[in-house]
Amino acid sequence: MTSFIELASANLLSPMVLFFVLGVVAALLRSSLSVPEAVAKALSIYLIMAIGLKGGHEVALAGISASLVYALLAGVILSFLLPLLAYGALRATTKLPAVDRASIAAHYGSISIVTFLAAVEVIRGLGYGAEGYMVAVAAVMEVPAILSGLWLAARSSGHSDATAGAVGVDRTLLREVMLNGSIVLLVGAFLIGAVIGDKGMSAVAPLIVDPFKGVLCIFLLDMGLVAGRGLRDGWRKITPAVLLFGLYMPLLGAGAGWLSGFALGLQTGGVALLMVLCASASYIAVPAAMRLALPDANPSISLTLALGLTFPFNLTIGIPIYIAAASLI
Amino acid sequence: MKTYAKKRMEIIIEAPFLNRLLDHLDQQGVHGYTVVPAIAGKGHGGNWSRDGLVSDAGRLVMVICILDPSDASTLLESTYAQMSNRIGIVSLGDVEVVRNDHF
Repeated sequence: MTSFIELASANLLSPMVLFFVLGVVAALLRSSLSVPEAVAKALSIYLIMAIGLKGGHEVALAGISASLVYALLAGVILSFLLPLLAYGALRATTKLPAVDRASIAAHYGSISIVTFLAAVEVIRGLGYGAEGYMVAVAAVMEVPAILSGLWLAARSSGHSDATAGAVGVDRTLLREVMLNGSIVLLVGAFLIGAVIGDKGMSAVAPLIVDPFKGVLCIFLLDMGLVAGRGLRDGWRKITPAVLLFGLYMPLLGAGAGWLSGFALGLQTGGVALLMVLCASASYIAVPAAMRLALPDANPSISLTLALGLTFPFNLTIGIPIYIAAASLI
Repeated sequence: MKTYAKKRMEIIIEAPFLNRLLDHLDQQGVHGYTVVPAIAGKGHGGNWSRDGLVSDAGRLVMVICILDPSDASTLLESTYAQMSNRIGIVSLGDVEVVRNDHF
């Protein structure tokens, strides 16, 4: 078993994490360094497309199995339940309004695909085996947390005048959530990857496989800039109890992922990836849905937590912890 | 050149809400509008910038429409009702246009 110190240093000295740290430092120092919005969006499309294609291709090679179905089911259940855990923790430890608790809880039940991508690279680099279908598990974990968060908000609005009428759940919203660009692209690329076979995959490999790590470095530089800006401007709005939540909630989520991965009999890398999915918080699909459904929720709290605290925590310290914990099984 | 008095409504709104706002303007019979991305700014929630964001949340856009003065008050009221609890600004100003029949 690789020691935790070795795992942590390998992770912290990887080009991806170093570029992320560069972004954070540049933002904190108010450097003029920035990645244009269109470039950031194009990079995210590339990364989601690449991981979807590779995941679909791997599943096609391995074939559909009962363990795939169980893992998908576990992902859906975890995504539904993790917001309840997050909501309860916030209610017990903070004085945030119910609508903010529900919104933050939804963020923490869903996943960060970029944290997942970074973890996949670290796990591959260390030589651990992981199930190819974990990409599909990531895809199914995006949406249920949104529904849980909205249910929590609706439930709390029934008891509090302050949030009454604040939950705008309707058919249009559900359609927009289900058809969110990142979800459509991930699922679509996964299905394409599943049908193109080795020949199709090798045809697109020069674009999809080879430059992947380099592109991820540029994207993480941008994520570092965004996280650094969030930390610079957002920390004043966050009380110490809320700040702590952004650091312990990933560990709670990862614990749930560890137990589930163990129960599912996943490989070491698969358990670590499930832990990463449960530990990460969404900053793409969920924030947009929450702005539509819960306009009274304060977006700067949830985004600062998800992007400014939990994302850097997972990327630097969390991933080695999760791999070390998974390798104990 | 002869000009005609009109009202210019500017709505700054969060990007995720844009489609709903445009649907509302269509339903209210607004003939045309222009959507402009907002680059950066500062409000009650502090500084914001669209640089680097990969999600629509956190982005703001501005919708500009020119209205006949007789329609402006009703549209302002219904638009404000749609976004009273949302992040954004609705403003109404006086402008002069050349082509009266366009608005």
